Amino acid sequence: MTETTGSARSATSAREEILRRVRRALADVPRGERSEVDRDYLAVHGARSAGENIDLLAENLAEYRAHVHRSGEAEIAVTVARLLAERGSRSAAVPGGLPEDWLTRVPPEVTLIHDSPDLTAQRLDAVHSVISGCALAIAETGTIVLDGGPGQGRRLLTLVPDHHICVVRVPEQIVGSVPQAFAVGALVPTRPQTWIAGPSATSDIELDRVEGVHGPRILDVVLLGAA
Amino acid sequence: MPKIALFVTCVNDVAFPSTGIAAVRVLERLGVEVDFPEAQTCCGQMQYNTGYPAEAKPLAEKFAGDFRGYDAVVVPSGSCGAFVRDVHPRLLGADDPPPVYELTEYLVDVLGAQDVGAYFPHRVAYHPTCHSSRLLKLGDRPTRLLRRVAGLELVELPGAQECCGFGGTFSVKNPDVSAAMGADKVAHAVESGAEYLIAADNSCLMHIGGTARRSEAPIKTLHLAEVLASTADSPYGASA
Amino acid sequence: MKDVYLGMPSFPEAARTATKDERLRANLTRATHTIRDKRAKAVTEIEDWAELVEAGKAIKDHTLRHLDEYLLQLEAKVTEAGGQVHWARDAAEANRIVAGLVKAADGGGDQIREVVKVKSMATQEIGLNEALAAEGVAAYETDLAELIVQLGDDLPSHILVPAIHRNRTEIRDIFRANMARYGRPAPEGLTDAPADLAEAARLHLREKFLRAKVAVSGANFMIAETGTLVVLESEGNGRMCLTLPETLISVVGIEKVIPSFRDLEVFLQLLPRSSTAERMNPYTTMWTGTAAGDGPRTFHLVLLDNGRTDTLADTVGRQALRCIRCSACLNVCPVYERAGGHAYGSAYPGPIGAILSPQLRGTASEIDASLPYASSLCGACFEACPVAIDIPEVLVHLRARVADAEPGHRAERAAMQAATYAMTHPAAYRAAEAAAIKARRLLPPDRKLPLGPAKAWTETRDLPELPKQTFRQWWKENHR
Repeated sequence: MTETTGSARSATSAREEILRRVRRALADVPRGERSEVDRDYLAVHGARSAGENIDLLAENLAEYRAHVHRSGEAEIAVTVARLLAERGSRSAAVPGGLPEDWLTRVPPEVTLIHDSPDLTAQRLDAVHSVISGCALAIAETGTIVLDGGPGQGRRLLTLVPDHHICVVRVPEQIVGSVPQAFAVGALVPTRPQTWIAGPSATSDIELDRVEGVHGPRILDVVLLGAA
Repeated sequence: MPKIALFVTCVNDVAFPSTGIAAVRVLERLGVEVDFPEAQTCCGQMQYNTGYPAEAKPLAEKFAGDFRGYDAVVVPSGSCGAFVRDVHPRLLGADDPPPVYELTEYLVDVLGAQDVGAYFPHRVAYHPTCHSSRLLKLGDRPTRLLRRVAGLELVELPGAQECCGFGGTFSVKNPDVSAAMGADKVAHAVESGAEYLIAADNSCLMHIGGTARRSEAPIKTLHLAEVLASTADSPYGASA
Repeated sequence: MKDVYLGMPSFPEAARTATKDERLRANLTRATHTIRDKRAKAVTEIEDWAELVEAGKAIKDHTLRHLDEYLLQLEAKVTEAGGQVHWARDAAEANRIVAGLVKAADGGGDQIREVVKVKSMATQEIGLNEALAAEGVAAYETDLAELIVQLGDDLPSHILVPAIHRNRTEIRDIFRANMARYGRPAPEGLTDAPADLAEAARLHLREKFLRAKVAVSGANFMIAETGTLVVLESEGNGRMCLTLPETLISVVGIEKVIPSFRDLEVFLQLLPRSSTAERMNPYTTMWTGTAAGDGPRTFHLVLLDNGRTDTLADTVGRQALRCIRCSACLNVCPVYERAGGHAYGSAYPGPIGAILSPQLRGTASEIDASLPYASSLCGACFEACPVAIDIPEVLVHLRARVADAEPGHRAERAAMQAATYAMTHPAAYRAAEAAAIKARRLLPPDRKLPLGPAKAWTETRDLPELPKQTFRQWWKENHR
């Protein structure tokens, strides 16, 4: 660390000065100190079978007011069509890479809008629904992770429409716990990510949770392969 | 026969001698030889917690000198006990102090006593006090002792874990918040239906009791040691 | 910059008014007790909470001890991912940088006149909204509670729920009276049902989200290893701000960096459970620089010091920089519950504010010098803290700093010295004891004493009945 005079100091950049302040503040830290963090916490809470993980995910999602549905591969198109009909949806956004066979039973009165660069937030504001897949889901916390991969699309697709149908392939896309979601290879950190645990909610009025503010107010989660 | 040194604390010495006397009686009844090193004064907690560590240090040194050589020190105050045990070693650096026990720790952990032969035919609620529960972690030791007191009915204190608002000099530096907290504690004590509010710290009880008396609330305050000292032969309040 | 907290009265003075405000007391008691019980449940649900706390503390401590290295790594990674990194020594510099970036942002030919904001403690701390207003830029808060505060021309009083001091009826009245002034008016016949109030906020803010060109945010975490920023939220306003505008400016304290992506596995368990008492908060957004075709095309990160390096220099006080802003300490604090958040005179109320503000701002002002005493040292905050900040320890440490620096503490120091003298000199001690017992008989009939600490005590409390004899005398007469 080099000494600087008052006048030289004012000329140095904020970056240099902050770094110098940090180093000065840490004068008590031995040079070359390397400390290891003890990770004595659990990798997962309790032992569960794949089926039990599916049940736990469903239970936790439902507790935070997501609507959970189970569907086999053969019925997925019917399930998606039914959910659109139940919500009275007239239009649905479709991210690139979403399996086409999920959409084969969508009735003609529902307009499917495939993602394209000119699908702006303003246009999406008039779209009722969005159908997406996910990157993974966490059973213990009832959380779904989207990372912009195939069938998930740009972040705004699953944000602006008021109704989100999210399909989770089970058991293969389920992990048990938060630490398991961070296991090497589960997620790519640098992809834009959205973690979702139930529909939009707020605790801002008297610290009491109510569902539904800006994000999709209706979250339909389809557990595909769990019929 | 086990032998201990009693650290009565300055507050008890001047304002609540009956608590010190009660502690002596309970310990002696259980066959403990009690000594009172007469040079003792104060642990320095007030100075330290108000921001005067330099003024607290001579008292920590004095304490160490006054109690040197004893097998164990017993103190009928959770707050002073925690201060001597947790902060004195930090103030003094390396030293080999005798083990310090809050009274109920000594009774339950060292003597293995639960039934100390006490008799107190009243309905009581127990206030766990912050330093007793959060610093010393007394847990259920006090209530285990209380439950074995003949004639005593222990009722639940609503919001028991909440601070009474004493906080040493907090009580005079932030008198309005302190008073608001004290008033809520008194209200909870009254709500419990107890005749006496019991605690292991007279400084908290001084605040709660002072608040109760000023507002003429129907609740009395009493140190745990005095409940444990009360017997069928010599019940509390019968004689000094 | 307009400093909204300048000239705040000392804590005891500000708290006096609050303790007499019955509606405020009722609002705060109700809200804090609701969340307290829920949080206890969320924390006891997982059996390794203590180990998670230990790991969270260790990760933060490790990062702080190597902060320069991690900041440089973060800077390199953000830059590599297409972001631009700026450094701000203090509030004024940060505000200047942000105002400049807003003005330079692409407004499609027009000068940018408004930004949307995600709730951020750092921008509240530096008074960014006021600074932008002075530059002709309106900053719209989009978090529901921040919106309530902004529409009510009020100040936040809680870290997580800035409008905690307002109940549903007050919120309805604020929406009815003031929404029209800022944009879409409140719906006709708005009720005070929380769902209706949330719907009103949705409608009011939707038009702002859709037209916004620039958003300003903070961040809960910054990951050095990848350059990733993380924002946890509930309502979706964060997602809107972080995703829709073309330019995103994030103002983040330098202490928010953590080393690795994996470290999130600890904090994404600690923070939601401690904060909103949920297993997971509804939404978390993570972004790394800019991404082709997804989200803002321009990303600026403003790294803020503003007193953090001063805090870091204090080996006892630096633990306050571990704070993850969960607000659990506020929710369990008996002093906060009765004094309310405004009495703390800072963006950071409650126990954490009482140790953070005097460190970030120094103890020269009346409010900052009084904050370390705004605690009964009951320890409920330490017990609740998910990163094990020993708040009572830091409070006592800061009291010593105030006592050393403040000439106003001379009399108090003299009293403490006198007490120590008496306590270390047996003759003086015995004399003091005798005097105390005698003085007791001089108490006036209304039992109130006229001056100083004695007055403060006897306003609301009786003194104990002093006995005729001290313990020491009894021992001598009966035992020795």
